[in-house]
Amino acid sequence: MALDESHDRLRDSARRFAEERIGPHVVDWEEAGEFPRELYREAAAAGLLGVSFPEELGGGGGDLLHGLVASEGLLRGGSSGVVAGLGSLGIALPPILLLGDDEQRQRFVPPVLAGERIAALAITEPGTGSDVAGVTTRAVRDGDDYRISGSKLFITSGVRADQVTVLARTSEEAHAGLTFFVVERGMRGFEVSRALRKTGWCASDTAELSFDDVRVPARNRVGEEGSGFVSLMKNFQSERLALAFFGHATAEIVLEDALEYARERRAFGRPLTGFQVTRHKLAWMATRVHAAKAFDYAVALRVQGGEYLVGEVSMAKNFAAEVANEVCWEAVQILGGMGYMRETRVERLSRDARLLPIGGGTTEVMNEVIGKSLGL
Amino acid sequence: MKILVALKRVADPDNANKVKIPASGDKVETAGLEWKLNPFDDYALEAALRLTENGKNPKARVGEVVVVTLGPKECETQLRSALATGADRAIRVEATDEALDGRLVAHALRAIVAEEKPDLVVMGKQAVDGDNNQVGQALAELLDWPMATFAATIEEEAAGSVLVGREVDGGVCTLRLKPPAVITVDLRIVAPASVYSKHTDKAHKYADGVRFAALPAIMAAKKKPLAVKTLAEVTGGATPTASYAKFELPPARKAGIKVKDVAELVQRLATEAKVL
Repeated sequence: MALDESHDRLRDSARRFAEERIGPHVVDWEEAGEFPRELYREAAAAGLLGVSFPEELGGGGGDLLHGLVASEGLLRGGSSGVVAGLGSLGIALPPILLLGDDEQRQRFVPPVLAGERIAALAITEPGTGSDVAGVTTRAVRDGDDYRISGSKLFITSGVRADQVTVLARTSEEAHAGLTFFVVERGMRGFEVSRALRKTGWCASDTAELSFDDVRVPARNRVGEEGSGFVSLMKNFQSERLALAFFGHATAEIVLEDALEYARERRAFGRPLTGFQVTRHKLAWMATRVHAAKAFDYAVALRVQGGEYLVGEVSMAKNFAAEVANEVCWEAVQILGGMGYMRETRVERLSRDARLLPIGGGTTEVMNEVIGKSLGL
Repeated sequence: MKILVALKRVADPDNANKVKIPASGDKVETAGLEWKLNPFDDYALEAALRLTENGKNPKARVGEVVVVTLGPKECETQLRSALATGADRAIRVEATDEALDGRLVAHALRAIVAEEKPDLVVMGKQAVDGDNNQVGQALAELLDWPMATFAATIEEEAAGSVLVGREVDGGVCTLRLKPPAVITVDLRIVAPASVYSKHTDKAHKYADGVRFAALPAIMAAKKKPLAVKTLAEVTGGATPTASYAKFELPPARKAGIKVKDVAELVQRLATEAKVL
């Protein structure tokens, strides 16, 4: 288990894709609140969707790190939203891979990895987030079907999703009563109640979904009743690691932009880098970026090696999210007025970064997880 | 069809400010530079891949693309990258840039061509570092093969000939070449409808630009053959006939001055800049 040339090459490939196909359009897509559906197909053709999924299902056959470096490369397009939108399959499909049967894997995975269908994961509800024991969306058995009722909130790719992996309650047991179902577009009673407008991640669509007595065939139930929780916990691990990588990658990009700007921009007759205060600020930023990145890679390599590191993954996510926001803050400061303009990558990523201490489990929830890992 | 594609790595043109020249001015400092494939060679590779496949089913190869470069061991990074993009085999000739000039590279390629016997040699119109624009032309001369430079389109005809479109002032000039031949390409060669093998339907449109290497191809590239030769093997011990005499960076721009009014501007233009 190690990093090799293939990871660098894949990151480069993703970066070129981002620079050619994403970067030039980002400002328009951000304003529009979505990117063209065609981009899913283009990314699939470039081999950048589902990099870590098995080849026989249309994935890239890569390891965990391959998936993570691909998203680092894609972030070079300058929009976390586009990467999150393209990447929503990375949280929506694993429960199907882990718990589903062959027929379900064939039905739900290859079309998504080919960019033909969009997949989303629906856990959070208006009344519950990381405390999944509080999930109230209900699935009640009715003959060969289940009838699902409830609502889900903050669903990435939810507005356009063709299939949603929904966590629902099949019994009253807090954790053992949770089951995943695949709810498909067009099923009667399944609706997008709202497309949500956000601070950042603007180019990705985010939805509130409503399920009004939706009849879902039992063959769309993923795994046995009550099997959802364990798979969900594993999913949280990979989602949090992915967000940690978003964190250091975001910080790394805005640091580069700030360095370039500070070298070129002159004030009082010299470049900004001619001021000790700017140099020290950049040195501090660079140190934080390197530390977050090294930590993220170290944790990811151990997870790839098979360790189940709940505490460390939460630490990596918290630290990288914090570094991203601190470094973005200073990068905006260095760019000054330009850092406040929608046309710059620094401005956009600084808004995007605000999601990182919130999504996939807040900093506070992570701290509780870390506390538990310390035996508290 | 079998195609030989000649590649060169160049200092990343997007980071040209990293290029340093020591006070002696006798060389370019290469330590710390980031290397990339010369963009025009990347386009040449894409063109060669399109000529050796059916665009509808690019995974099934219907020809062979061999990539070759002259350079140190680190150049194998660029060769592996070309193999991941789709080339079938690679050859590296051990050399350093200082020991080469355009003529010597052409001589080396002639020896590789004699061994590989390709139907076409395709390469970038020039490398973006030296902008010499010599090797393709010199190679065609040495081989006594027909040549088309600055190609914007290539179409393989059923009879085996190739039509090469060249954009010239005021229009397009189309050449018909009978392989074996040398073609150097311009950037338009990677447009969606620029290159067609005889197997690809003319209605097919490629994605704009150079294709991306997917992970399975990246992994497979590790196992594709990469042969290494010495420079002497392919040049018979010949030496460059041109040598680098001196390198200079462009002069640094001096800070300007502010004038308070037009009168002062005119006065300074007359007395200091002496342009009036």
